Formats: sequence, structure tokens, C-alpha cells
Amino acid sequence: MSLTVIFGDRAPLKVEAAAEADNLWIDRGDLEAISGWELKPEGICKGDVCVPIPPGRAADFSREGGLRFNLAALGTLLEQPFVRDDKNRVWYFGEAASTRRNAMASPDAPDFELPDLDGELHFLSDYRGKKVLLSAWASW
Amino acid sequence: MVVAVALDTAGVPAVRDFIRPTSVELPPLLKDIMGWDDKLLARAAVPEYPCLIDQKHITGELYGFINVPMATWIDEEGHIVRPAEPSGVSDGVRAMDPATFKIPEQVVAAGKQLRTSYIDAIRDWVNKGAKSEFVLSREEILRRSEGPDATDALASANFRLGQYLLAEGHREDALPYFAKARELYPESWSYKRQTWELEQAGKASGPEFFAAVQALGHKHYYAPVKLKASN
Repeated sequence: MSLTVIFGDRAPLKVEAAAEADNLWIDRGDLEAISGWELKPEGICKGDVCVPIPPGRAADFSREGGLRFNLAALGTLLEQPFVRDDKNRVWYFGEAASTRRNAMASPDAPDFELPDLDGELHFLSDYRGKKVLLSAWASW
Repeated sequence: MVVAVALDTAGVPAVRDFIRPTSVELPPLLKDIMGWDDKLLARAAVPEYPCLIDQKHITGELYGFINVPMATWIDEEGHIVRPAEPSGVSDGVRAMDPATFKIPEQVVAAGKQLRTSYIDAIRDWVNKGAKSEFVLSREEILRRSEGPDATDALASANFRLGQYLLAEGHREDALPYFAKARELYPESWSYKRQTWELEQAGKASGPEFFAAVQALGHKHYYAPVKLKASN
């Protein structure tokens, strides 16, 4: 079955996958494109970070001789909340609360990229070297 | 410098309509308590500072903007020196009559004083930098920066899924996820008001909004801001 997976701020990706209860079995080959994580002998890795698969739980993550990978198990392991819409066949994996809390413990203002009224993109870091009053408002 | 971020899923048209109103006559007392005099409104209509559009409420999550207006202060090195806080506004808005938008004069006066104090604090920081008494210590910043818990993160996931479905044209399918986000993170007035407005234009400032504010009871709509760490 084709469905759309959104992993954090990564672009939505339409992939062949099997949604079974709270499990989402994807082709192992799609794992990195969807999430940025890779399955390696030492665990599930992204850059220099590797998270070992808990002992005795390999079958929760991988099946069919390693050809299929359970993305929901990864989300749970990383404490990422996930929500799915079965009607439109969309799964969204959010950011773990601990990731955000750790970032907030840093003195550094997190960078972001947003468009202005004319569509021109701005990074917050474009204004490094100046004091910035970051002011949030809304039309609603 | 000011970098204004509009938390607006409706995007550029909604923001343009807001900052360049052509026919909206704002109630004088509302203008008073918010500090929107004619000169300021004319300047706001043609912003001289970056006015960014945050359709996904990314900055809301990164900085903890759970309502508007809120602000955070960032120094030249890119370090936060004051975390997200209501910027010169108070619960005085709760004294507004929802039918007439009238606010008692003494509340308006207190609101003006608060706004002036906040702007004076910003000016002090601009002039004195790290020596300003309004620059908070790292410990104080951490004490004031309450990060999300697992339930808040789940609320965010629901909000984001709703936004994706909305953007894909599945408005009716998106609404339950918005409702779930509100339910999971009731402290976020940004979620409440944004998603109400997406459900029905005007709902963000309609009877539901005023009923929800009144239901707060003794809790704050805008938490009081301690300008100095010591007060």
C-alpha cells in the first residue's frame, strides 16, 4: 500500500508500506530517505549517533530477513510521538519532547528559515551580530 | 532590530489583510490598551523590519510562543537573554466587554504603563547590552523556560498532521487533529486560536474565545512578566 510519511521537518515522502495496528513496515531501503536514520550492525544510526536495538526486540524492528523495517518501533525507541490518518494514509512523526527540552537548555537561539511577505527566505542567523527582538504575533 | 514572526497558517494573505487594513475601524479603547495609535498602525502597515510568515508555528515550538504577542530577546552572539514572554501585555484584556470591546479606563491606563515599561526595558538593553538589568542570568532563563513534555509533543504532532492535511485540501479531515492538539495542550492559546480560526473565520476572537478566557478563572491568560530577575 502506498502512503505518505512525514518525519519531523523532513519533506513528506510517499512510499510503499504496510500499516498494521501501531506498526508501520517500510522497505528498509526507504529508511534513510524517510528519516535520516540507517540500520547498521551497531544499531540504528544517524551521523555519529547510534541507538542500539534493545536486546530481544529485533523482531519488533525488522522482518522478512531484514528487508522490512518498522518505523513506528524507531519512533517509539526515540520517544517521537506519531499520529496517523488512515483515510488519507498519512503518518506524521514529531519531535521528541526531550530533544526540544535539551535544545532549550542551550543558550543558543535555535535557527529557523521563514519567508517574508514577498516570499524571500530569511534565516534568524542572518542577523547574527545584531540584537534581535523576536516578536511573535498573529492575525487571528 | 525587530524580527516579527506571524504565526499564521493562513499565510501571506491573512497577514497582509491584518497589517494593511482598508476598512476596519478598531475600537478606540482596544487601540489604547494595545498601543495601536494611528502613527504606529501606519508604520505597521509598511514594516521596516523583517516580517516573517510562520505557517507551521515552527517558532512557536522552538521558542515556546504559546500566545501572541510574545517576544524573546537574542543578543549579538545569538544567545537568548530573555526567553519567550508576553511582550508588554497583561490580563487587562480580560476586562474587555466582548460585545462592545470596551475596557475600563483604569485597566487601559495600567495596560499603557505596562507596555511603556516593557519598551523602556528593551531600550535599556539596546543601550547597555549585557550590562542591562533586564538581561537575565542563564539560571533564570532556564527557570523561566519550561520545555514541552510528552503530551505537548503529541499535541504538536497532531497540529502538524492537521496542517499537512489542510494544505493538501483535506480540511474536514484536518479538523479532528486540530481539536486533539487543543485538547492535549490547553495552555497553548496559539493552537486554540489558530485552529478555531481555521474552523471558522472570526472564531478566534468570538464567543468561544471569550468563554475560554473566562473559564481560566484565577489562572492567567498572559502570565505576568518579571522584568528583572530579582523582582
